[in-house]
Amino acid sequence: MNSISSVELSHPIKTEGRRICGRSPQKSKTWSSAMNWVAMTMLTGDRAKYIGLIFAISFSSFLITQQASIFAGLMNRTRSQILDVTDADVWVMDPATQYVDEVYALKDSDLGRVRGVPGVKWAVPFFKGQPRAKAPDGKFRVAILLGLDDGSLTGAPEPRRMILGNIESLRDPDAVLIDLAGYHFFFPGQPLVAGKTLEMNDHRAKIVGIVDASPPFTTFPVLYTRYSQALNYVGRERALLSFILVKAAPAVSKEELTQRIQAATGLKAATSREFGWMTIVYYLIHTGIPINFGLTVGIAMIVGTVVAGQTFYLFTLENLKQFGALKAMGTTNRRLVGMILLQALVVGAVGYAIGMGLAAVFFIVARTEATRAIVLLWQVMAGTGVVVLFIVMVASLLSIRKVLVLEPAMVFRG
Amino acid sequence: MSTAVSCRGITKWFGEGGARVQALRGLDLDIGMGELAMLVGPSGCGKTTLISIIAGLLDPSEGDLEVLGTRSKDLSPEEQIFFRRKNLGFVFQQFNLLPTLTAAENVAVPLFVAGFPRRPAIEQASELLDGLGLGGHLSHLPSQLSGGQQQRVAIARALIHDPRLVVCDEPTSALDAKTGHKVMELFAEVAVRPDRALIVVTHDSRIFDFADVITHMEDGRAIREERKRGSGRAFEAGASINAPDQFLIERTL
Repeated sequence: MNSISSVELSHPIKTEGRRICGRSPQKSKTWSSAMNWVAMTMLTGDRAKYIGLIFAISFSSFLITQQASIFAGLMNRTRSQILDVTDADVWVMDPATQYVDEVYALKDSDLGRVRGVPGVKWAVPFFKGQPRAKAPDGKFRVAILLGLDDGSLTGAPEPRRMILGNIESLRDPDAVLIDLAGYHFFFPGQPLVAGKTLEMNDHRAKIVGIVDASPPFTTFPVLYTRYSQALNYVGRERALLSFILVKAAPAVSKEELTQRIQAATGLKAATSREFGWMTIVYYLIHTGIPINFGLTVGIAMIVGTVVAGQTFYLFTLENLKQFGALKAMGTTNRRLVGMILLQALVVGAVGYAIGMGLAAVFFIVARTEATRAIVLLWQVMAGTGVVVLFIVMVASLLSIRKVLVLEPAMVFRG
Repeated sequence: MSTAVSCRGITKWFGEGGARVQALRGLDLDIGMGELAMLVGPSGCGKTTLISIIAGLLDPSEGDLEVLGTRSKDLSPEEQIFFRRKNLGFVFQQFNLLPTLTAAENVAVPLFVAGFPRRPAIEQASELLDGLGLGGHLSHLPSQLSGGQQQRVAIARALIHDPRLVVCDEPTSALDAKTGHKVMELFAEVAVRPDRALIVVTHDSRIFDFADVITHMEDGRAIREERKRGSGRAFEAGASINAPDQFLIERTL
């Protein structure tokens, strides 16, 4: 008893005077931080449930990010040949064209008509076809052949993307550029050198350079050549003008120019961005890709929400007596909700960070020539962050409801 | 002696329609400041409901309640929370310590709730626990403490913010007889003060000796009151004296 008295005498607890240990109580910020600390201790104290929650969120965010990134990467690949043409503003094509991989050739006279549209700085032909290319050892494969305007070589890859050789070499007889993946396919294990040959439509194609082209959706090798030479590499057709690439004159917007070309020629015209999205939308509508990936993303969301929600709810149920005691001791509903939301947000943030880390490791480990350009996109990361936020909010809703309706008097029931 | 708790005609109904149950039936009760009052009676007689109402955790269906000079009806729900936070301490049957907090941190919880910074609050709690003989267990989790030690931590938690009314629900029921007695000894020594009232709900007749006043309840009513001579107010006419030892004054309510 003496010890108690001495405590009381030497350290009086004067809550009525709102002072303790010579310090005044601080504002709600401190109050929040002390109670937030209690919330965090409650959360992390039960290691098994905490790890379970983190695992659920990590798994969900990893799966969502990984699948969404692969999906986005694949969709982006469908417009690779459009993205690689950086020097033109507008693509002109047959009015019935739906996407870049299926074209109906224009008439040669259309080129002149487009050039006559006010606001066109220049317009050049662009060929896209799919001849069969054959290596000297007999290995063959369908290739994406891009024929560039003989004079300007418009549509060629940017110089920075040249791995070997230079674009001007395309002016040589039978010259072609090949992408790195195509080179490795036709000449596996061989050093990167110029001078190797392929055969297309019984015509010799001499590789004068290797280019880091954006990977195509179909994974076919990509070959660049001059427009006039492309005619030799494909079967004879009456018309080979796949596209007309157009540069807008200064002070004319791309959008305005597309409208002018369409109005003047009756052909379809689209900016590079529009044409890229046309292609993506075509694949979204006409293939099962979005359904497959969407299902996986949906399942990841559902699993994440259910597992996290259930674990979080159980966690709250097990702590209900403690929440009741806190309520009895004068903790407001608002503060308790704040504590639960803090717990949910921390679980979400930690789980999300681990999930993103796992996804990043996955894309590094799984990176091959075939999977190049399928990367962790910041947009996907941001989107996953929103989804994870949604998951933890939904997961915490049941717990919040339980605590809100909790009668503090329940603490007196054994 | 001023009145700490005054109940007049307190009635409490639970449920609706056919499932409606009356837990308290016009109960009258007075507890003076400085008293250690015990509420005793069989299970289901309304003890827990009564202390829940006194503590402001439940609203009475009818009747008037005045706690520490404040009529509960005059307080808004938010004011009731702040009133409880400032003036009431709780000791629960199952201790209800936060399992992930240490003993010192558990004791400091009412200070956290009241708005005190964490570190000085824990220091203060540590000093109090030290005084209660738990100085060597400050950083122990509840699971690492015996039942008696846990209840001592719970008592320290109930007192750390210097409340004027302490409500205890079966504080010894989870303890063996010897430990229960020790805990009550400590509780009576530490908690009883002239400016504080204590209400203890109990079945445990072995701790009746610690009470200044014992109110017997049955079927939602206070039926009898026993009071130590000189411990409380002078009874009105009609009070009887029949207890041979401590509880000398008894009256039927």
